[in-house]
Amino acid sequence: MLLTIRDLSKSFPGTKALDSVDFDLAAGEVHALLGENGAGKSTLIKCLTGAYRRDEGDIRLDGEPISPGSTAEAQSLGIGTVYQEVNLLDNLTVAKNLTFGREPRRFGLIDGRAQRAEARRMLEGYGLDIDVGRDLGSYSVAIRQIVAIARAVELSGKILILDEPTASLDAAETRMLFDVVRGLRDRGLGIVFVSHFLDQVFELTDRVTVLRNGAKIVTEKTAELDRVALIRHMLGRELEEVEAEQGADHTRSEARRTVVDFKGYGRDGLVDPFDLTVREGEVIGLAGLLGSGRTETAELMFGIRAAQRGEAKVDGEPVSLTSPREAIAAGFGFAPEERKTDGIVADLSVRENIILALQARRGWAKPVPRAEQARLAETYIKRLDIRTSDAEKAVGELSGGNQQKVVLARWLAMNPRFLILDEPTRGVDVGAHAEILRLIGEITEGGMSVLVISSELDELVAASDRIIVVRDRAHVAELSGVEITSGAIVTAIAAPDAGKVA
Amino acid sequence: MTRALRRCLPQILTLLALVALVSIFFPQFLAISFENGRLTGPVVDIVKRGAPVALLAIGMTLVIATRGIDLSVGTVMAISGAVAAWTLAAGWGVFPAVLLAIVAGLTCGLWNGCLVAYVGIQPIVATLILMTSGRGIAQLITEGRILTFSDPAFAWIGSGTVAGVPVPALLWLVTGIAVAFIMRRTALGLLVEAIGINRSASTVAGINARVLLIAVYAASGFCAALAGIVATADIRGADANNAGLWLELDAILAVVIGGNSLLGGRFSVAASILGALIIQTVDTGILLAGFPSEYNLVIKAGLVLVILLVQSPNLSQHWHWLRMEIRRQREPKPIGSRDTR
Repeated sequence: MLLTIRDLSKSFPGTKALDSVDFDLAAGEVHALLGENGAGKSTLIKCLTGAYRRDEGDIRLDGEPISPGSTAEAQSLGIGTVYQEVNLLDNLTVAKNLTFGREPRRFGLIDGRAQRAEARRMLEGYGLDIDVGRDLGSYSVAIRQIVAIARAVELSGKILILDEPTASLDAAETRMLFDVVRGLRDRGLGIVFVSHFLDQVFELTDRVTVLRNGAKIVTEKTAELDRVALIRHMLGRELEEVEAEQGADHTRSEARRTVVDFKGYGRDGLVDPFDLTVREGEVIGLAGLLGSGRTETAELMFGIRAAQRGEAKVDGEPVSLTSPREAIAAGFGFAPEERKTDGIVADLSVRENIILALQARRGWAKPVPRAEQARLAETYIKRLDIRTSDAEKAVGELSGGNQQKVVLARWLAMNPRFLILDEPTRGVDVGAHAEILRLIGEITEGGMSVLVISSELDELVAASDRIIVVRDRAHVAELSGVEITSGAIVTAIAAPDAGKVA
Repeated sequence: MTRALRRCLPQILTLLALVALVSIFFPQFLAISFENGRLTGPVVDIVKRGAPVALLAIGMTLVIATRGIDLSVGTVMAISGAVAAWTLAAGWGVFPAVLLAIVAGLTCGLWNGCLVAYVGIQPIVATLILMTSGRGIAQLITEGRILTFSDPAFAWIGSGTVAGVPVPALLWLVTGIAVAFIMRRTALGLLVEAIGINRSASTVAGINARVLLIAVYAASGFCAALAGIVATADIRGADANNAGLWLELDAILAVVIGGNSLLGGRFSVAASILGALIIQTVDTGILLAGFPSEYNLVIKAGLVLVILLVQSPNLSQHWHWLRMEIRRQREPKPIGSRDTR
């Protein structure tokens, strides 16, 4: 074995993040590391890369016990990591990034020519044909990802850890990345692959290790594992629960009362004018590729960007939506895609994050009473199953899925009439995923209307009563009832005029 | 209450340690006597002389909590002082003088706040504009002279006493309690912290970040005006060139010694005031201890460095480790077992 981990444990105040975990990695294999948010994947990786010190346990590389104390030390031992958010410098050239910290020198000065040659040599075998003299930032995320991999492999060379590398890639880019990963596997590297996309796990990996609540559940050959068993391992409960969420009936939105009505709503350079009627208790899906105008539509509706044309009516009365405050006053809520930058307030506690919007609406002079705050926090921690040691813990210390639930709780506490959810399940594990979908069903039962933006077509098909398809910053199609199938959505996204509703 | 106390504990301990340290060199440090209807003694002197920085620190805490900084407070002191002295010189009386000085301070704060919140200039640059131009404005008001006045009622603000306690000390005490009360009994404190930690997310949650930003800079201007009134009343004259000179830096230092992060977020007004008192204790203590005055600044810098090091969160982990290590060595080892580490 290239890497063997035995009885690895790591505790944080209040939680045991890893509990005697075993993990093996052979040379020339791609090994998937799976688990819900908070299962311990990140902690395991951080113990390997030297970001955390383990409390107990044994890590051996090529049979030698190791104990990396920093990322640099892990790298020199042969362990390289590439994260979802590429940690390279966008404003430097590809060549400078690749040779960063060990630039070839001539007379004490950096030798640009040798640097570029070195960079080209490092990129050989990755199937990239790019100009290494250009800024890294001018290339797509996929290429930056591959450059990061090339750098990690060059510096370390034995083990490559890929933490959610495909989260922001499209299908073609993912294929490109997978070819690179397979190439590295054939060169004898051991690769740890962390992902939430089960399809990709089955496509790429040789073995799978599942963690749950800090403990190792199982390690198996991917080929001998079926999807149902895998999800069962990850969730620790029967799959029926998840399956039951699929297949909402799409027939309930017809004769309902109109809550919000957008007419000719748009802003130049952001989203072409669109019409959208939102009815009571309805789930509207917004489908489209990344950058097609999905998020922009949401931002326009919530007043983060002001509309230049068109009008919005709530209950038949025209409303002005030029700021989030006005949108909130009109009864809207918005859980943004970038929850770290636009969603949570990391240093504030779970309780404070949950009451934040409520407090903002009441104004500073009327604080929400402490007992009421505690009650709200308690209620939503229970209802949304937010995993936290207590309500006073800082939100930044929770895992991604739980942060998302806190943002949802913030809006549910406001009891809005129209809730916009931008990628509510992005980066969220299977369990939380199902819970969020169930929650959407639950709140719409109560009459709330929800607009869901998602890249996952199955999720949209399962949850939505109607689907709007966005392409090139314009709303190009609307599907409802039996028309809602993944096939129809794909057709609408792909074909210029197919499926257009006049 | 206990949580607030725990938050201020490092500052309280630092202050006690300093008092003990100064007492070694100057045994009468804690002596307080009651003469001519007023309390006198080194400690009384500290709470009085520390008033301008303590007042500035109150406003500065709020600004820093929003991830901002206000470099103009020293200058605003000069402007307010000049306005007050000018009003007195014009014979308008005490109340108009105080009122106009506060209006001047608030106006300066609003100017800063608008530059930051609406124009979007970085706080350090936005307030630098007033910091440099403000002394010119103050000089225009005083017409380049030191404007003196002889109004006993106004001078009382600087050198008077209530029940033996100096008025400046009461001023920062009352202002500090009022601001802390307003922040914690309303939701202002939470909202200010929220925009300091993540302005974008706070805006999406419906918080009116602009108004709050303007409000904290206005509050800072208000506190600077009070400090300016105290300084002017104390010397019975407005010195546009020297009033409040460099005090903005002492105020920032007080906030930092108070354990508030310059990156915004969680804040404690009480801890900042303690920080101001720590600075004043260092200043006065060095003088009392009888060091030659040329050593003062170096000793002050050294003490401040030690205080900041002791409070550093990075170091606190090492303290913890050291404590554990000492405890382990003290524990009697079981017979026959060997230390495996």
